[in-house]
Amino acid sequence: MAVMEYIDAIRLAMKEEMQRDESVFVLGEDVGVKGGVFTTTKGLMEQFGEMRVMDTPLSESAIAGVAIGAAMYGMKPIAEMQYSDFMLPATNQIISEAAKIRYRSNNDWSCPVVIRAPIGGGIFGGLYHSQCPESIFVGTPGLKIVAPFSAYDAKGLLKAAVRDPDPVLFFENKKCYKLIKGEVPDDDYVVPIGKANLLREGADITVIGYSQPLHFVMQAAEELEKEEGITAHVLDLRTLQPLDQQAIMDAARQTGKVLIVHEDNKTGGVGAEVAAIIAEHCLYDLDAPIMRLCGPDVPAMPISPPMEKFFMLNKDKVKESMRQLALY
Amino acid sequence: MKEQETMTSKTNRHEQLGLTDGQVLDMYKYMVLARKFDERNLLLQRAGKINFHVSGIGQEACQVAAAFALDREKDYFLPYYRDYGFVMAVGMTPRELMLSAFAKAEDPNSGGRQMPGHFGSKRLRIVTGSSPVTTQVPHAVGIALAAKMQKKDFVTFVTFGEGSSNQGDFHEGCNFAGVHKLPVILMCENNQYAISVPIHKQLSGKVSDRALGYGFPGIRVDGNDALAVYAAVKEARERAIRGEGPTLIESMMYRLSPHSTSDNDLAYRTKEEVEENWKKDGVVRFKNYLIDCGLWDEARDQDLIAQLNLEIKEATESADNAPFPKPEDTLLHVYASDEGGAQAWR
Repeated sequence: MAVMEYIDAIRLAMKEEMQRDESVFVLGEDVGVKGGVFTTTKGLMEQFGEMRVMDTPLSESAIAGVAIGAAMYGMKPIAEMQYSDFMLPATNQIISEAAKIRYRSNNDWSCPVVIRAPIGGGIFGGLYHSQCPESIFVGTPGLKIVAPFSAYDAKGLLKAAVRDPDPVLFFENKKCYKLIKGEVPDDDYVVPIGKANLLREGADITVIGYSQPLHFVMQAAEELEKEEGITAHVLDLRTLQPLDQQAIMDAARQTGKVLIVHEDNKTGGVGAEVAAIIAEHCLYDLDAPIMRLCGPDVPAMPISPPMEKFFMLNKDKVKESMRQLALY
Repeated sequence: MKEQETMTSKTNRHEQLGLTDGQVLDMYKYMVLARKFDERNLLLQRAGKINFHVSGIGQEACQVAAAFALDREKDYFLPYYRDYGFVMAVGMTPRELMLSAFAKAEDPNSGGRQMPGHFGSKRLRIVTGSSPVTTQVPHAVGIALAAKMQKKDFVTFVTFGEGSSNQGDFHEGCNFAGVHKLPVILMCENNQYAISVPIHKQLSGKVSDRALGYGFPGIRVDGNDALAVYAAVKEARERAIRGEGPTLIESMMYRLSPHSTSDNDLAYRTKEEVEENWKKDGVVRFKNYLIDCGLWDEARDQDLIAQLNLEIKEATESADNAPFPKPEDTLLHVYASDEGGAQAWR
């Protein structure tokens, strides 16, 4: 088993799926000759040619719309949005079209498209290279939405997304690309969409999250156990839609104290839905009010270092919230 | 961009275009079928039998002619909501369309889910469409891209209105298709109105000229001249199959009906203007052409109308009597794996 970076795992998933199935192809801005602005598709054009690793016009709605058309024909496109911040011109194609094609045609047509988009800040990207737009899409039935936090999950979830018969949004975290490394099997595995993953067992508090902030949660959990004997039960949602309700309920009941963590801003975020599920099903199992630790409700993240730092989560912020919840 | 001449001569033009007498008679039958179907839907809506109808009256000649210029066994079609004549000419039956009008379970377009005029049928390669306009243009380009990647010899044919040609998806789709020289034919059915907004408030130039910016030919044809439309689409298809890329066709016509059954068009245009345009009706013009060619006469026309009205009546009764979808089927087909309904995910 090789240790590789999160970004390499994403690339490997695309490579394996393109080798496995000729109908799989990648399209997006700068994905070909340059290999992507983050090098996510580096080397793929050399291997598969410029038709299957296609540099497109700078035109997000066409990238999504053309991919949707090709998917309806029977291809398996992986459309790359260079930054999730630039995905909004394609929102109509994603929400009005991809999400509704199976439903509106009464199961006659389908749209097995994958749309990859990097999310998250902490890279001095300013307002428009840092956002987490998942809450724009969560709550649109017909879409599946995944957001891996590890290299293993990145490969397995992307392969599952490519093979899925429905449209999948794959939110990869750009802060994880190079910083997160992990063991990734060379063999052909998938991580099932719709299943959350228990990262850590504990008895005092439950933390539920997804994507990059989970690394802070895991570090904080270790320190809290060592330093203060507080044990945390940590659940990675992995799939934001459809949410794994059973896993959420089980995790909440495990400790009766729940902290939800994500970088997307608090109001209307995925955490709100997770909290609602817990409130609906587990109210009498709770020993403390549900807590949320999220990005602040400002339009987006400023570039100035102290402001970016203020916006971003970090281990200390997460640890403090976890401690407060444990002490409640 | 060239402006095609309107037909004035009475010489036999269809044979020069490679159309047989039988084919032009078939074309005419589809035009009249679409017209009569449309009129029946307007009546059914007024009678409270169906909820809504968006009319294609005035556009049938162009639609049917375009369909006949395509390969109806192979090509992919992305029609817009007025294209009753088009979808009938590529194989959708009056009963199937009536099932949609009545929102019945057997409706092949959507199982009674979508408004009428939102066509779709995998069997007929009519790609499911939505209501936000012109989103189908990038889809047509994507299917054409698949044709190129898989070296298949079909084209995609997509239609839209002149108002829709202002949408970003039109321009993004055209540009993508131009860059990759994809086998797609884009036909604007320029009917002079986007609901109430007339063409001079939508466009300061010609739709067809927009093709210039995308590096492929744009032509304007008289949409009331079925044979001119046929010739333009046929030539565009030949170009596409030869690998020469897309063609934009702007077909000039007039929306003779109100926008929809919810629209009072005399609030924004005059009766005189509408009446003037009835004189240019492409269906009547095609009928006169067939009469001039000695292929048709008034007696046969009356017989045809009677026969089509009967067919439409049967389709209407059949659809009216067909069952609605089960209420709980509302939950089906959100995802491929939800046979148990959307609740399976909750």
